Amino acid sequence: MSLLSIQNLTKTFGAGQMAVRAIDGVSFDVREGECLAIVGESGSGKTTLANMIMGILSQTSGLITFDGKPLGARRSPGQRRAIQLVQQNPLSSLNPKRSIGASVRLGLDTYNIGPKSARWNSVERALEAVGLPTEMRKRAPSALSGGQRQRVSIARALACSPRLLVLDEPTSALDVLVQARVLRLLNNLRTDLGLTYVFITHDLAVVRNIADRVAVFQSGKLVEIDDTSQIFTDPQQPYTRSLIGTVPVVDAEELTLRDKLAGQT
Amino acid sequence: MIRAFRILSGNPLSLLGLCLVALVVLVALLAPWIAPFPTHNGAVVDFAFANQEPSPRNWMGTDLVGRDIFSRVLYAYQVSLFLGLVVLAIAPPIGAMIGLLAGYMGGWTESVLMRIVDVFLSIPPLVLAIAMMGVLEPTLTNAMLAVTVMWWPWYARLVYSIARSEREEGYVLAAEVIGASTVHIAFREILPNCLPAIITKMTLDMGFVIIIASSLSFLGLGVQPPTPDLGSMVAEGARYLPDSWWLTVFPGLAILVVVFGFNLLGDGLREVLGVNQ
Repeated sequence: MSLLSIQNLTKTFGAGQMAVRAIDGVSFDVREGECLAIVGESGSGKTTLANMIMGILSQTSGLITFDGKPLGARRSPGQRRAIQLVQQNPLSSLNPKRSIGASVRLGLDTYNIGPKSARWNSVERALEAVGLPTEMRKRAPSALSGGQRQRVSIARALACSPRLLVLDEPTSALDVLVQARVLRLLNNLRTDLGLTYVFITHDLAVVRNIADRVAVFQSGKLVEIDDTSQIFTDPQQPYTRSLIGTVPVVDAEELTLRDKLAGQT
Repeated sequence: MIRAFRILSGNPLSLLGLCLVALVVLVALLAPWIAPFPTHNGAVVDFAFANQEPSPRNWMGTDLVGRDIFSRVLYAYQVSLFLGLVVLAIAPPIGAMIGLLAGYMGGWTESVLMRIVDVFLSIPPLVLAIAMMGVLEPTLTNAMLAVTVMWWPWYARLVYSIARSEREEGYVLAAEVIGASTVHIAFREILPNCLPAIITKMTLDMGFVIIIASSLSFLGLGVQPPTPDLGSMVAEGARYLPDSWWLTVFPGLAILVVVFGFNLLGDGLREVLGVNQ
């Protein structure tokens, strides 16, 4: 059963000879409960696609349907609430002048979720869900690390009780250890809350960790979409093959080199 | 608050500014009690002591009708500070609101609002105030009105430029995709990030507002006698320079002290609040 369906979607920037097709006739489905990774190099249209799903950009042509209903330029509060975004940069995505709690509470106030008296309580539960201490709600973002801020961003999105989460490179600004923890958190949240993810990334190691299926984009076109294992073991398209070929692999030669270096120190 | 004070007191110039401002505010508030001749605040004549140079009885001398200049300077500070506070209580909120809406909403709202602001900014400020005072009666209220009218566009410009860059920040996008209202995003998300710059500018402007208001009364367009006003005291005495120098020099110095104090304090606050302009 598909939750989000994209049909023949096109986005053109500029006009006439200067026109650039950022997204060019793309169709695919996102199934309920899955994590679909969208991969491709910079400029392949990944973020443009995310912005159209979020309603930040309107499409030039084509159709986006969510839960069987088209997503128009004006969305109903219910549709807005059901699709939430986690941005790439945790440094700018939280207002430096507002407390963590106030940022997380925004969705609750916007959609009047629960009685007013219970909302701080809900904020604390959202912080708990992403593994942050509840006292943190009174802190300013500047007191938090990058990984903690990204957890707050996730908590803010979850507070709206969404069905679809669009994750725009949520881990690319974090160091590797923190990245692994945030990915584990996202994985757990998806199973616990029955969420659906559209996970945009250029990091194929991350894809392997989290995605059920992978959609490969190249200059605005959908090159290939398939199960993650299929994409990694038996890619059908030459572009996919070259993309997978770029993943650094530690081979026997490198291992011996590493041991040599380790022995020197 | 403690941190702010530590930074302020770490810089001797800011500390001097804070002290000058505190001193001026204190003497203005305490004027009725500390002025040697509290009645000289109004229309009092004492020709026996007219136009006398500074002496132990009259520290700053007396004016042409025998009033103690020191007492009148203290009362004039009351008028100046009150005028400055009223102007800075009205102009910044109006300017900030217009700048915020123009900067965040963009499009035709931005074009219309900012072109109106440009029109106001293209008129030399003092000329605008003089023109207004030419039409209106010269009273304290109208002087405050004239200065306010020439002052708000600067706040609109300031807040507009900050709001324009803030609207590109991720937290604004986050609020937008959550579906928060325009009012919420403008006033609850963006405005708090403009406040440090607004507060710094208000402190710096206090001095300038006092100068402009003094200029108006120097030209006879502001506060009217017998209410003491630094600008009109300077104007009155200017005709008797250099012989009766105390008529001009002490009110002039009084203006210098208050403006200097607010400017130094403003510079210090800029550092405390981390505003870079």
